[in-house]
Amino acid sequence: MIRGAAHVVIAFGAIAFGLMALVLLAAAGRSEAAGPQPVQEVRVGYLSRAVALPPGLSTLQVAPEDDGLQGARLAIADNNTTGRFTGHRFTLAESVLAEDGDVAAGLAALDVPYVVSTLNGEGLDRLLAAAGGGEILIFNAGAADDRFRNRDCRANLLHTLPSRAMLADALGQYLVRKTWKRWVLVTGPSRADALFADAVRRAAGRFGGRIVAEKTWSEQLDIRRTAEAEVPVFTQVAEHDVLIVADELGLFGEYLPYRTWAPRPVAGTQGLVPVAWDASLEQWGALQLQSRFRRQAGRDMTETDYAAWAAIRSIGEAASRSRSSEFAAIAAYIRGDAFEFAGFKGLSLSYRPWDGQLRQPIPLVTARAVVSMSPQEGFLHPQTALDTLGHDRPESECRHD
Amino acid sequence: MTRFTTALACLLLAAVPAAQAETVIVSNERDNTLSVIDGQTLAVTQTVPVGRRPRGITLSADGSRLYVCASDDDRIEIYDTATMAKLGEIPSGIDPEQFVLHPDDRQLYIANENDDVVTVVDTAFRHVIGQIDVGVEPEGMAVSPDGRIVINTSETTNMVHWIDTQSLTLIDNTLVDQRPRDGTFTRDGKLLWVSSEIGGTVAVIDVGSREAIRTIGFRIGGISADRIQPVGIELTRDGRYAFVALGPANHVAVVDARTYEVLDYLLVGRRVWHLALNGDETRLYTTNGVSGDVTVIDVARLEPVKSIRVGRYPWGVVVKP
Repeated sequence: MIRGAAHVVIAFGAIAFGLMALVLLAAAGRSEAAGPQPVQEVRVGYLSRAVALPPGLSTLQVAPEDDGLQGARLAIADNNTTGRFTGHRFTLAESVLAEDGDVAAGLAALDVPYVVSTLNGEGLDRLLAAAGGGEILIFNAGAADDRFRNRDCRANLLHTLPSRAMLADALGQYLVRKTWKRWVLVTGPSRADALFADAVRRAAGRFGGRIVAEKTWSEQLDIRRTAEAEVPVFTQVAEHDVLIVADELGLFGEYLPYRTWAPRPVAGTQGLVPVAWDASLEQWGALQLQSRFRRQAGRDMTETDYAAWAAIRSIGEAASRSRSSEFAAIAAYIRGDAFEFAGFKGLSLSYRPWDGQLRQPIPLVTARAVVSMSPQEGFLHPQTALDTLGHDRPESECRHD
Repeated sequence: MTRFTTALACLLLAAVPAAQAETVIVSNERDNTLSVIDGQTLAVTQTVPVGRRPRGITLSADGSRLYVCASDDDRIEIYDTATMAKLGEIPSGIDPEQFVLHPDDRQLYIANENDDVVTVVDTAFRHVIGQIDVGVEPEGMAVSPDGRIVINTSETTNMVHWIDTQSLTLIDNTLVDQRPRDGTFTRDGKLLWVSSEIGGTVAVIDVGSREAIRTIGFRIGGISADRIQPVGIELTRDGRYAFVALGPANHVAVVDARTYEVLDYLLVGRRVWHLALNGDETRLYTTNGVSGDVTVIDVARLEPVKSIRVGRYPWGVVVKP
């Protein structure tokens, strides 16, 4: 109740300020448009929480500590460069929680109308519960779970990170286009692995792949010492074209390629991987974003960084197009038909009105190179080929359009 | 058979407009080279190693010198177009991508893509005169025919920035569609054409009011709308045509520059990037980034007549009469 009241006061203040700015602009006339303008502040929050990792991971697989945060900071800088000409100033409030941090308290500390979250699914549930249905727009840059695009969707929730279904569809389209249609699916022990495997099964059904065998990886040994002996035996299964692995944490998947019984490629969470972003992307101007990011962060841009960047750039784009700093105008513009923004993936990006998911091409990458970009040629859609990835309007359980 | 081949060769040669003494120079972004093409034979005669990631290229007023943006070396290189020998280097600021030479034949206005500024250098004294803050990823550069205004397009801010060349300050900014790439003033200086790659449009902007008076869209049967990504623009001096390179749509649009109606789409190589008309405007040369070639278009017949293999990722193109 107190929070609600505070918001009303802030919103009222913003409107009054906006009106004042309009009057000033009108009085100044056109010739002054390039000169100093009254600056309107747009406050954005970033919320993350550290995640405990299981033992036994290679040091190469541990995400950087500021994963996501650096993407958010870069977008704020990008927005402010543009803001010099539009009279907007973007600020970032950062709430970086420890493993046992309280999400609701983290949100309250931010006290902003736009929140970029890199929380996992469990954390996002807490954030949504704490945020309620109030005047707040949440960008999910951390949870790939399809349930947030379906039964657990919200009117005030957008997703810049692709869902698992989008990733699996991107891979499935490519494999089918290559006529590598017989898949063996190997699933790891975690809940996330099971969800990725579900998405692969769904992609097989949609595009004409066939899962000829399924296996579960439950080996407790240190795979790094025993892979050469274990993997050939484990992969002695039905005739197949590709081995698809669902191992989101990277407990064993990295050790499958080149050790399988039959000489078959590995794809999925390791091998050929569908991603939101990767350091190997260069085309479509991506090289500029990569070098800008490296200059700021001193490391490569990750998927989480990209998702956080895309969220805040969306706010910036909506502010400059709607010529407003008001929450209602910006939020409506982002979800409206006119919204589009260039995200260095070769096509214009926008949000799906039914579930708030950012439409985006999905690169398929190996360790150091881009192999392909999905959607693949030949997978057609009456509106945009981007909607062949993930849950399209008729399939979605979410109805916010 | 031989006679038939000869006859065919004659026919093919005849298809190419009258022999030209011109020289076409192309920058190859991925090869760190320039390809020099003889306008008469339409063959590559020389491949010149240059600095890293060469993109924008432009000629001095008399065509004797060529300026090259060596983006990854953070400098502009100068070449003698008669010998293709390197004459020197100019500081350019970080990551120069595109530039425009002022009608005074001295000042270069350079878009520093990684630094959100436009750098102005004096090519005679080879020093920086000034820098102007612009939007994120400055790219397209153009100068008004009277030399009073230079414009820059910023790819991520999505604006045209208007720079007063006397005071080297910004006088205005015009919001355009997503990822503006290239700008060209009409010969009378009254209109500015600007392409938006991801927006898929070309805006025709009134220079007086600095507002768009027309936005041109494109449609090609069998090619999805999001593959139509306008980049390079060339306007004929007689005000008749505007040619627009459509990127991964692999076509050049021919637009009636008076009615803004799209007249035709000409099939060229893959991911067509920049364009250059020759001196008498009988030919249009295109750089095709992905297929690594240059298409020669006969302007009178509006037909592609030849493609010439060059280096990897051909980017900029100029024609020396």
